[in-house]
Amino acid sequence: MHAIVCIKQVPDTTDVKVNPETGTLIREGVPSIVNPFDTYAIEEALRLREKFGGKVTVISMGPPQAKEALKEAIAMGADQAILLSDRAFAGSDTWATAYTLANAIRKIGDFDVILCGKQAIDGDTGQVGPGIARQLDIEQLTYVFKIQEIDFQAKRIRVERLLEEGREVVETRLPALLTVVKDINQPRYPTIMGIRRATRTEIPVWTAADLPDAKPDLLGLKGSPTQVVRVFNPPPRSGQIVMIEGESPQEQAAKLADLLLQEKVI
Amino acid sequence: MALLIIDTETCIGCGACVAACPFGALRMEDDKAAVDDKCTACGACLEVCPVEALSLPERGRGEEDISAYQGVWVWVEQFRGEACSISWEMMGQGRKIADSLGTTLTACVLGHNVDGIAQQAIYYGADRVFLVDDPSLGVYRTAPYAKQLVHLVRQYKPEIFLLGASARGRDLAGAVATEVHTGLTADCTGLDIDPETKLLRQTRPAFGGNIMATIICPNYRPQMATVRHRVFEMPEPDSSRQGQIVKVPPVMTEDQIAAKVVDFIVEEGEVNLADAKIIVSGGRGVRGPEGFKPLRELAEVLGGAVGSSRAAVDAGWIPYAHQVGQTGRTVRPDLYIACGISGAIQHLAGMGTSKIIVAINKDPEAPIFKVANYGIVGDLFQIVPALTEELRKRLRK
Repeated sequence: MHAIVCIKQVPDTTDVKVNPETGTLIREGVPSIVNPFDTYAIEEALRLREKFGGKVTVISMGPPQAKEALKEAIAMGADQAILLSDRAFAGSDTWATAYTLANAIRKIGDFDVILCGKQAIDGDTGQVGPGIARQLDIEQLTYVFKIQEIDFQAKRIRVERLLEEGREVVETRLPALLTVVKDINQPRYPTIMGIRRATRTEIPVWTAADLPDAKPDLLGLKGSPTQVVRVFNPPPRSGQIVMIEGESPQEQAAKLADLLLQEKVI
Repeated sequence: MALLIIDTETCIGCGACVAACPFGALRMEDDKAAVDDKCTACGACLEVCPVEALSLPERGRGEEDISAYQGVWVWVEQFRGEACSISWEMMGQGRKIADSLGTTLTACVLGHNVDGIAQQAIYYGADRVFLVDDPSLGVYRTAPYAKQLVHLVRQYKPEIFLLGASARGRDLAGAVATEVHTGLTADCTGLDIDPETKLLRQTRPAFGGNIMATIICPNYRPQMATVRHRVFEMPEPDSSRQGQIVKVPPVMTEDQIAAKVVDFIVEEGEVNLADAKIIVSGGRGVRGPEGFKPLRELAEVLGGAVGSSRAAVDAGWIPYAHQVGQTGRTVRPDLYIACGISGAIQHLAGMGTSKIIVAINKDPEAPIFKVANYGIVGDLFQIVPALTEELRKRLRK
């Protein structure tokens, strides 16, 4: 069994603040973390290895410091990691990112399953997973809530996908790309042994030169159809708040009930 | 890996770019602009530089003649033969965009026994409907749906293609955009046409809703975007509208489709936040799983649903399906009652367009009070039960 997990290093967006005077993001001192959704993908790959044997490879595309994210995956128990880092990859949107990752996966070669988080918390697009699946022309299973059954000999998988109306049970062939939601598992913490191993592990860095099949015109900014043209602060909600005072919670509740009935929302 | 090219010979060290950078990626070094890895190549600095010392590398140009692409398309999602309301919201906005471009609106209806939906699509604003009706398309599956839309896009070349950002919509849009090699912007909160360039301006929150970004796709077609439920208003159907229904044969046969949908599990008490008119939501202030009990009672009296902030979900107090916010559900109820929710930007991004927002929080400084219509500073464990009691009395009348 060979599982490949694609992860992303992201700023911890819960800590990102906007400077109210300049309207710019304050990113100084904001820690970089492994995209939380990706930790569920790593965990699921490790569980598959524990059950079926084999290995887990983790890959990421990003600046040199994204090695830290890959080391965290090694500390959790992944067998090997590869970083894709090159100036030629910079400025990639989701199309070019998926293209680059898919080319790296082709070079890695044999795999049974690819796992990704359902989306990254900085971009929130959820498009890179399906993008990789289409580039590799394999089955895509998004928003996976549970792997019900997986048979690497028969090359079959059955999963539950979390949709708006409930959970859909789908069966298909392997290899497949899965994007996973939080409910799938509880990611483990790195162990002391794992952290030691991660410190010793050298993470190979692949550049564009290591992906000879990738067309230079389809990498980075050149391969990216979308372009950000403006960045601004979210517009504030208009209107003034009415604070409801009162001698007791009962009095406040009664006043609020009056107002809600007046507004005709209940 | 910063992409920004700074011509230090030309740079006069005025610092205008440093102030303009939304990401704090620029600084002054020896009286010249310098850039670091935080640069996202957004180009905000290019406009403010008085001496044109800043540039970005050339972007991809695409290969085809993009002027051949005409018209606005919307994918009409269906579940068990019923159209999803999100698709009609897209039709409403698609109609506005088509009108401002002076072009036509086309609906793509895929399913089995869905002629009725094709007719409805006309009532909701379509000039033309591509109807692909086949047993293999009865239940959504990525491969046959994506192949069909890719085929239609290649043949008829739409300029703009909009899909609802439901689980299926995002699954499908990602596959289609990859295959046709075009740009796709997820979860837009605004779509309009630039009056000069006629390009689709796609605005969406980024960095957990901390900033908004406007994105364009100048050199590839179609310009694709997904939009979340309830971002755009539901249009009124007009049964006097006329349109053309074009029947299209399926491009895949059942034996070519690997995926089989074998079951559908609907849990008792499953939450459907997206459709709820009233949501009572809890955050860190509910202090534990039991803390949601008074909220549930209030929701029950109001006939609403229970939501939560990311903090409460991350703490394991309530399942993810209840989460409202940038990484959870976007909601637009008539009434949103936020109990013990501080109001992190990523939460506000998911509920900020609610009609009436009520905030109940101990901390008078909590950011949630900045967006609320009505606020009560106090202990939710006293206020919420009192409100439940009060409303139970009044609504019985």
